[in-house]
Amino acid sequence: MANLNIDSVKERTFDAIVIGSGMSGGWAAKEFTDKGLKTLILERGRDVKHIKDYPTTNMYPWEFEHRGELPMAVQEANPIVNRCYAFGESAAHFFVKDAEHPYIQDKPFDWIRGYQVGGKSLLWARQTQRWSDFDFEGPARDGFAVDWPIRYKDIAPWYSYVEKFAGISGNRDGIAELPDGEFLPAFPLNTVEEYFRDHVKSNYKNRYVISARCAHLSTPNQIHLDQGRVQCQRRTICERGCPFGGYFSANATTIPWALKSGHATLRPFSVVESIIYDEKLGKATGVRVIDTNTKEAIEYYAKVIFVNAAALNTNLILLNSKSHRFPNGLGNDSGVLGKYVAFHNYSAHIGAEYDGAKEWTTDGRNPAGGGYIPRFRNVYKQETDFLRGYASGFGAYRYPQRSWDGVGSSLKDNLANKELGPWHVGSHMMGETIPKESNFVSLDDKQKDAWGVPLLKMNIDYDDNDEKMKKDYVEQLTEMFTSAGFTNIKASTDRRAPGLDIHEMGGARMGNDPKTSILNKWNQVHSVKNVFVTDGASMTSTSCQNPSLTYMAFTARAADYAMSEMKKGNI
Amino acid sequence: MNRREAIGRVGLILGGTIIGAEFFISGCKSSSPKVNDLFTQDDVALMDEIGETILPATSTPGAKAAEIGKFMTVMVQDCYTADDQKIFTKGLKDLNDASDKKYGKKFLEATPEQRTELLTALDKEQKDYTKTKKPEDPNHYFRMLKELTLLGFFTSKPGATQALRYIAVPGKYDGNLPYKKGDKAWAT
Repeated sequence: MANLNIDSVKERTFDAIVIGSGMSGGWAAKEFTDKGLKTLILERGRDVKHIKDYPTTNMYPWEFEHRGELPMAVQEANPIVNRCYAFGESAAHFFVKDAEHPYIQDKPFDWIRGYQVGGKSLLWARQTQRWSDFDFEGPARDGFAVDWPIRYKDIAPWYSYVEKFAGISGNRDGIAELPDGEFLPAFPLNTVEEYFRDHVKSNYKNRYVISARCAHLSTPNQIHLDQGRVQCQRRTICERGCPFGGYFSANATTIPWALKSGHATLRPFSVVESIIYDEKLGKATGVRVIDTNTKEAIEYYAKVIFVNAAALNTNLILLNSKSHRFPNGLGNDSGVLGKYVAFHNYSAHIGAEYDGAKEWTTDGRNPAGGGYIPRFRNVYKQETDFLRGYASGFGAYRYPQRSWDGVGSSLKDNLANKELGPWHVGSHMMGETIPKESNFVSLDDKQKDAWGVPLLKMNIDYDDNDEKMKKDYVEQLTEMFTSAGFTNIKASTDRRAPGLDIHEMGGARMGNDPKTSILNKWNQVHSVKNVFVTDGASMTSTSCQNPSLTYMAFTARAADYAMSEMKKGNI
Repeated sequence: MNRREAIGRVGLILGGTIIGAEFFISGCKSSSPKVNDLFTQDDVALMDEIGETILPATSTPGAKAAEIGKFMTVMVQDCYTADDQKIFTKGLKDLNDASDKKYGKKFLEATPEQRTELLTALDKEQKDYTKTKKPEDPNHYFRMLKELTLLGFFTSKPGATQALRYIAVPGKYDGNLPYKKGDKAWAT
């Protein structure tokens, strides 16, 4: 790090700058450096080196002072991030604490962030389903947002490209709405998950229960071994960082790959304040960075800039990149920047029991988490009083039946010796939400953060469509559970704020028309051809599939396009 | 002021009414060194024996071998609300008073049979209380003692690896394994 305070413009000039080192930024860095481009990777947080900086990864349960629980003082000081399921004693060091980077909630929004090299790719739930034309044609068919400027055929080869490198486990299920990919062997369903799969298959048209597809190396290929990763060991303590590289994270995969090329410079502790636009040249020339340790402002220059700061921070950077040409934010001729933000609705769950398969249990732990039910509502045609639909997680588990009564040796025996109770089954909703102009982020005109950057204001909420969809999820899953003979069915809904799904998307959406979108079909800013946005901010709609795999594919595709345009002298 | 100091000050203000006075009295009676803001070495010894009575050494180690008293001091101090801390610390005193009333001696002086008898009665009391308790009603101190004993023991090294089975790196997942009743349960 000694050579960071370089003052010559030449030394601060690169072929490409990638803002953000997480899920999508890591891919941009990998693609550029693979082709020999001198690339600067900017990360606002600290460096997290694979294995070396996973302090809890090999700790035993008894080595945690509070056995996984966080002290009350930490919980009380962090009401927002404390609502995230993975914010516990073993992984709290990878989450942004509430006070560290404040924002303004005009409407409640739980903004869960990971400011470090690798970003949230260290912490994600690793579910990786492709999107299909039922998603990319959705806005046009159903009349919301704007038409996606691409179709499945445009992105399909790039899904294959990133899947092979990242390592995705799954079955080729042959479902049109959930296209198959380049899969490593799937993790198996258990006895009761298989029972429900077969029940659904025989009793419902166009409804399926499949093994959840996930970014784990069930059986690695040579390309994964070349990355220094080995087979997933089924520990399922992934949020600590995996010393085996058993799941895809930027830390284990794309970032070290980019650095190994010798063409990348990784600069942590670098908040991007704005992108520099040159009015004469009509393009961006670089970025203005605040060093978080010294508070010094430094400019870096490049031919092409990829913005991968995670959806809402990408919006923040673009909104804060003001110039005479773009007084309302870079590329914001249309006025839609920051608007049409959407997310996933995770606010319903259902649980039940199954009084069968008592002679079966499981052994070990399933990193895929169990089954996945692709969207079955409004797929081929509109059939309900709400738009779009939901995917559902599905899992079956058997717990020891333990009597907690009394004290002494009989209590100890009861608790230690396994007598399994009935199977429990559970599902959670993953609903698509509709991007709307009224769901937006904007900059506060007064309050700034510790680095002089305006605070982001959140105006994002559920709507009537979400409520109707939630009701339908509960009805449909209750009906499917009932017909499968599950008993003691209990649905629960919660009033969680948007954000806790950690799938916020949009604000700098793609579209065919520069009047109603920020990016073209190559994730390229319509009016600033050397700036690309390939993280969640670019999403025109949200699908109901987990989005990370799609960000990866868009990023690799856009990087390829950017490099071909550079070669042609167009940017 | 850091977070810990802030919480400590809140506790001091709240504790100034009843709990503070009790602390003062017990502090006068005992010269036992403090292990943290809430507990003394004597408390640790008492909680070790309460834990051991709840989960005794059998063919496998008991709660005392898992240093359950020390574990409770950490959890109650760091992870309990101020209200629950008060209930817990007062509970230790109540437990000794109950022993005194029933057997004419403190818990630590009671025989193993007397200890088991007393805690069995307290367990029934907490169970009955918890059954009808409304969410806003205070927790029962013996439920806290029992929960902490179970949590602390089964996540401890002797508890997880000897009383239960623990494998750090399973390496596999089998979704269809024939079930055999009576095996040791898994720690995680």
